[in-house]
Amino acid sequence: MNIIVCAKQVVDVSEVKVDPSTNKPVLTGIPKKISDIDKNAVEEAIKIKEKIGSGKITTITVGPPDAKEKIKELLAMGVDEGILIPAPEEFDYHVVSSLLAGAIEKIGEYDLILCGEASIDMFSGQMGPRIAGILNIPQITYALKTDASDDRIVAERNLGDKMVTTESTYPALVTVTKEINEPRLPSLMQILGAARKPIHDWTAEDVGKAGLSAMTRTLDVKGVPMERKNINFEEDLDEAVPKMVEMLAKDGVLN
Amino acid sequence: MVLVYSDNEKLTRELLAKGRELADALGKKVTAVVIGPGDAADEMIKFGADKVIVAEGGPETFKAEEYADILAGAIEEAGSNIVLIGSTKAGKELASRLGGKIGAGCIIDCNRVYLDSGELTVERVVYSGNAVSVERFNSEVKIATVPCKAFDPLEKDDGRSGEVEKKTYQVGEYASIVARVQEMVSQGVNVEDAQIIIAAGRGLKNREDLKMIEELAEVINGHTLGCSRPIAADLKWLSEDNWIGLSGHKVKPKLYIACGISGQIQHIAGMRDSSIIVAINKDADAPIFKSADYGIVGDLYKVVPRLIEELKKQ
Ligand SMILES: Cc1cc2nc3c(=O)[nH]c(=O)nc-3n(C[C@H](O)[C@H](O)[C@H](O)COP(=O)(O)OP(=O)(O)OC[C@H]3O[C@@H](n4cnc5c(N)ncnc54)[C@H](O)[C@@H]3O)c2cc1C
Ligand SMILES: Nc1ncnc2c1ncn2[C@@H]1O[C@H](COP(=O)(O)O)[C@@H](O)[C@H]1O
Repeated sequence: MNIIVCAKQVVDVSEVKVDPSTNKPVLTGIPKKISDIDKNAVEEAIKIKEKIGSGKITTITVGPPDAKEKIKELLAMGVDEGILIPAPEEFDYHVVSSLLAGAIEKIGEYDLILCGEASIDMFSGQMGPRIAGILNIPQITYALKTDASDDRIVAERNLGDKMVTTESTYPALVTVTKEINEPRLPSLMQILGAARKPIHDWTAEDVGKAGLSAMTRTLDVKGVPMERKNINFEEDLDEAVPKMVEMLAKDGVLN
Repeated sequence: MVLVYSDNEKLTRELLAKGRELADALGKKVTAVVIGPGDAADEMIKFGADKVIVAEGGPETFKAEEYADILAGAIEEAGSNIVLIGSTKAGKELASRLGGKIGAGCIIDCNRVYLDSGELTVERVVYSGNAVSVERFNSEVKIATVPCKAFDPLEKDDGRSGEVEKKTYQVGEYASIVARVQEMVSQGVNVEDAQIIIAAGRGLKNREDLKMIEELAEVINGHTLGCSRPIAADLKWLSEDNWIGLSGHKVKPKLYIACGISGQIQHIAGMRDSSIIVAINKDADAPIFKSADYGIVGDLYKVVPRLIEELKKQ
């Protein structure tokens, strides 16, 4: 069973602030991490590999060189190999999905591709289905639960107004939700062991996708600041509650 | 040509209004696509379409692989370069696959879609609500998905006429099989229009404790309950309708009371447009307090009953 997980390095959005003087989000100096749900995808890959009893898990990341540090966390969790591809200066979903699809085709023998339901910085949910469209393989989105065997995978999916059970033979691409599992925390031994696992550097040329140009472009990113009163009551409830209710009444929001 | 598709009737009308506006400004026509029975086709013309393509002989249940093939066929035939798709979960995976399949630029969850110097321009929320990005397309076919309520539908005009055409498109064979579809029962809750929302989070110990939250809602005539993702998605104590946040509903009530919600950025993304935000949490360091106007640091099992009592006096 060959499983490929697409994992993205993102800025930790909970640390992003808007600079009031420029009205732009400040993105430099913000800690980076692997997008939360991509760790669920890795966890699911490990569970499936364990269940089937054999196989290989490869992660692919399109991102900057410093992503290697974060890919190591995935190797520590149980991924066998990582692949890092740098993005060209101007990139978008078309460019990144083409690079990922190119890398997947270069790997060649694959059964299952796993992606997150959405990345936490962009939250599009575009990349997985886009890759499936390029590769022309089945896509199973928003998986809450999977049951994989040697020749097929069945998944329960949350499509909002519907719960859908979809099954497919391989190859197939599955996007997972946050609810599917609880990503494991690697042990110290596993963290040390990860140092010996390879992270390959592949280029756009290597995956046969040199010279791609973006199909969408960002003209501007405007910050959306949020102003709040931040009045906290930590004293005795019998004082705090009436005080707050009075303030709410004054604000005219109680009826 | 502007092409419009959604599996949701209301959303289709909203897309038609935007499609009409864009098409009129560009001197183009609006085509709506219906997959499956074409009962709604005449309605779509009354709501702004010039033409409705009813794609027949397609799959009975939604499968993104097959729907993308149908839309690709319709786009090619109609010569469409602007494609508006409703941003339901199904709509998003469909639009994305279509983008990959035909090699088109695709932008998900566009809250604003307009022409700027004659160029299609869209705006979408990024970084969990901290920013809005303004984007444009370089590709010939431009796909934008649009969430509910971003645009107002046009008034229905019974005098409008247009063409309805039945078509069959080539659909590929895919190994995926939809084995079961279970419709989720909607409780008819509409958090998006609610003026007062009382929201429950993981701070609640049992499902029964929601009664206390409901009672709080009732004393201030705000009957609408909201919740964090785990309450709807993991515990299923409340439904999808009540789920607020980045992956749930976006709300803008005048009063939002968060009970036992930690205030992770993905929750805040859904309620940051509320006028007044109240937080009740026993952890003084919970991030929710940074996003609140009023915060009570304390056990919600003590605070909520006390708050109910005080509000009854009002
Ligand atoms: C891509 C992505 C999308 C997401 N989308 C959403 C979304 O749309 N909506 C959403 O809500 N989340 C979303 N999440 C999840 C989000 O990150 C948080 O995990 C979630 O909001 C936490 O829910 P919670 O606050 O109810 O639970 P917790 O984080 O577990 O917080 C419970 C809180 O209750 C407090 N508490 C406990 N007991 C008491 C008591 N007796 N009295 C008072 N307070 C008490 C605790 O101090 C704690 O702060 C998303 C996550 C990701 C990665
Ligand atoms: N640069 C990237 N490298 C690898 N995988 C990615 C990248 N961007 C997105 N993905 C994958 O696509 C999923 C959805 O991302 P998005 O479409 O941005 O919401 C993520 O959860 C990842 O699994």
